[in-house]
Amino acid sequence: MSTSVPSIEELANQEYKYGFVTEIESDTVPPGLSEDVIRLISAKKKEPAFMLEWRLKAYRQWLKMTEPKWANVKYDPIDYQKISYYSAPKSAEDRPKSLDEVDPELLATYEKLGVPLMERAALAGVAVDAVFDSVSVATTFKGKLSELGIIFCSFSEAVREHPELVQKYLGSVVPTSDNFFAALNSAVFSDGSFCYIPKGVRCPMELSTYFRINNGESGQFERTLIIADEGAYVSYLEGCTAPKRDRNQLHAAVVELVALDNATIKYSTVQNWYPGDKEGKGGIYNFVTKRGKCLGKNSKISWTQVETGSAITWKYPSCILQGENSVGEFYSVAVTNNFQQADTGTKMIHIGRNTRSTIVSKGISAGFGQNSYRGAVKILKNASGARNYSQCDSLLIGDKCGAHTFPVLEVKNNSAQIEHEASTSRIGEDQLFYCRQRGISNEDAVSMIVNGFCKEVFRELPMEFAVEAQKLLGVSLEGSVG
Amino acid sequence: MLEIRNLQAKAGDREILRGINLTVKPGEVHAIMGPNGSGKSTLAGVLAGRDSYEVTGGSVTFLGHDLLELDPEERAREGVFLAFQYPVEIPGVGNMYFLRAALNAIRKHRGEEELDAVDFLNLARKKMKLLEMDDSLINRSVNEGFSGGEKKRNEIFQMAVLEPKLAILDETDSGLDIDALKIVSQGVNALRDKDRGIILVTHYQRLLNYIVPDFVHVLSGGRIVKSGGKELALELEDKGYAWIDDTVAV
Repeated sequence: MSTSVPSIEELANQEYKYGFVTEIESDTVPPGLSEDVIRLISAKKKEPAFMLEWRLKAYRQWLKMTEPKWANVKYDPIDYQKISYYSAPKSAEDRPKSLDEVDPELLATYEKLGVPLMERAALAGVAVDAVFDSVSVATTFKGKLSELGIIFCSFSEAVREHPELVQKYLGSVVPTSDNFFAALNSAVFSDGSFCYIPKGVRCPMELSTYFRINNGESGQFERTLIIADEGAYVSYLEGCTAPKRDRNQLHAAVVELVALDNATIKYSTVQNWYPGDKEGKGGIYNFVTKRGKCLGKNSKISWTQVETGSAITWKYPSCILQGENSVGEFYSVAVTNNFQQADTGTKMIHIGRNTRSTIVSKGISAGFGQNSYRGAVKILKNASGARNYSQCDSLLIGDKCGAHTFPVLEVKNNSAQIEHEASTSRIGEDQLFYCRQRGISNEDAVSMIVNGFCKEVFRELPMEFAVEAQKLLGVSLEGSVG
Repeated sequence: MLEIRNLQAKAGDREILRGINLTVKPGEVHAIMGPNGSGKSTLAGVLAGRDSYEVTGGSVTFLGHDLLELDPEERAREGVFLAFQYPVEIPGVGNMYFLRAALNAIRKHRGEEELDAVDFLNLARKKMKLLEMDDSLINRSVNEGFSGGEKKRNEIFQMAVLEPKLAILDETDSGLDIDALKIVSQGVNALRDKDRGIILVTHYQRLLNYIVPDFVHVLSGGRIVKSGGKELALELEDKGYAWIDDTVAV
């Protein structure tokens, strides 16, 4: 999780430099959702009129929608009127003063993951923090980036400082009416990240942000919008970790990516929200809509995700391949252990000519975990010369877990070339015994076999992230093989 | 170094070993021969700690340890090596990465310093020459896509790197053509050492032309029914396993 961070300390010292949070410190809007609540959120964030109208439109659409039931996950009904839709950071006094006040189990996890000491404090929500609940302040390296014309800031700031860009692209990939959770997010999103890379600029560093759930009663509705203008390149990292909570929490984020001509966006996620305990109690409900649009010719969008957390994962990072010769990629590792459920995959929608897509999905199930891959490849009428390669592998650990695949192909142009490979395997007693006979412990053997299984995905991750992902996998599967 | 006393074991409900007695001293090479189903591979598996077998009686002492009390990885770290009849593929795990992890686990157990990637690779390259192994092996996953012969060679290569005190070779000759058999045998012979015990489990005498044993034991019906010098293997080759069953009242 180490971003090169001279900034954490810096940011801590200049608390709330970016202003907009100071006056709303410590306040939480009472639970419940109505037009008034949305007006209040918009007002608190001092948004221009177009944003409020956009939110209200989304809300009115949401009211007419029903929660999707097609996913292969089971959970108790969510009472949307019991969720508080806005919470600003708690003031420093309300937060743990030092790591001594933090749940030791959480610290043990950081220890196992090798999170640097300084960052542990930040992640655990100690007062010297740079990342806050709902309102992100992690707008680091700003100076350096702005010299190149790169805009990387919180969503709220983008709304105020760059309304023309926001108005042009917000909802252009995931419309407000796209799905139940996206509509909800559009109505109430609290904050998130905004990134714009101007023409011809190659972003010189990996952009990253941490999201974190900190406030017991608040759902989390993040909004991310990344635009790569013609010929631009950006690699964006998203990492999540959540403190232990014993009640389910809703998380419904929306991420939109737009790539113009010859632009490339690489979006990597390591997701480690609290998965619930060994009995399946608690844990985050993660209903996320992530979609990228390859708007320009020769553009490329690449999603890489390592999903180890959450009680429920509902997530399909997708690509709309509109520009000629555009490329979409999806590399995924999803782990479910104990009582976790994941229904994840991707959609590749080929609209333009000679568009190409690659899907590599690795699902790992252990304990009572249920892991579903759901993928759709659509080749539309005008997408002549389109190609897709899909590979979908499942690994089972133990005999009480499950792996499911739901691939859908829809081809309307007969020049398309599509390949699909799938496999399901079990970590064999033979493999384990072979490793152990060479002196390798059971635990190391499992981690070695699992990491080998995920190799094709890990090599798509930036180096630091790959190392972290490997450790995370080890910790997530700890004790899953007796 | 190895004392097997009245060892009995079963797989499921089936009794397979019915009282094995065998002593292996440092420097000795013992061949265990016998017809299919006589319990040869079970014996190898029990010594290595494979949990699909249940030991129902007897004892095994290895360098002062009660071997049967140790986990498979502990046995390996104490110096027991099994060359598998069917080496296992581990996709995505580099052959060298795997072997270094194994070597370092053993070195750590012995209180020796772990080898870094550079030192390890130097060591591995030396041993690869011994087995005439292709350089491409360095970049491949453990046994993945290896031919039958390459897998067996890889087993002996691992043995050369790990330098066990007791090596058990389970049907190492099966599936090898004559050239590969020669190379593998050369490798094993190079590892013969006054401090190292070797148990060769084989169905055919042919391997013993290349690796000449000090002792030959014939296993039948879960017992060692005949022991002798290397000439016993030739006699067996000549007369077939039926001869044993005829001469020994079971």
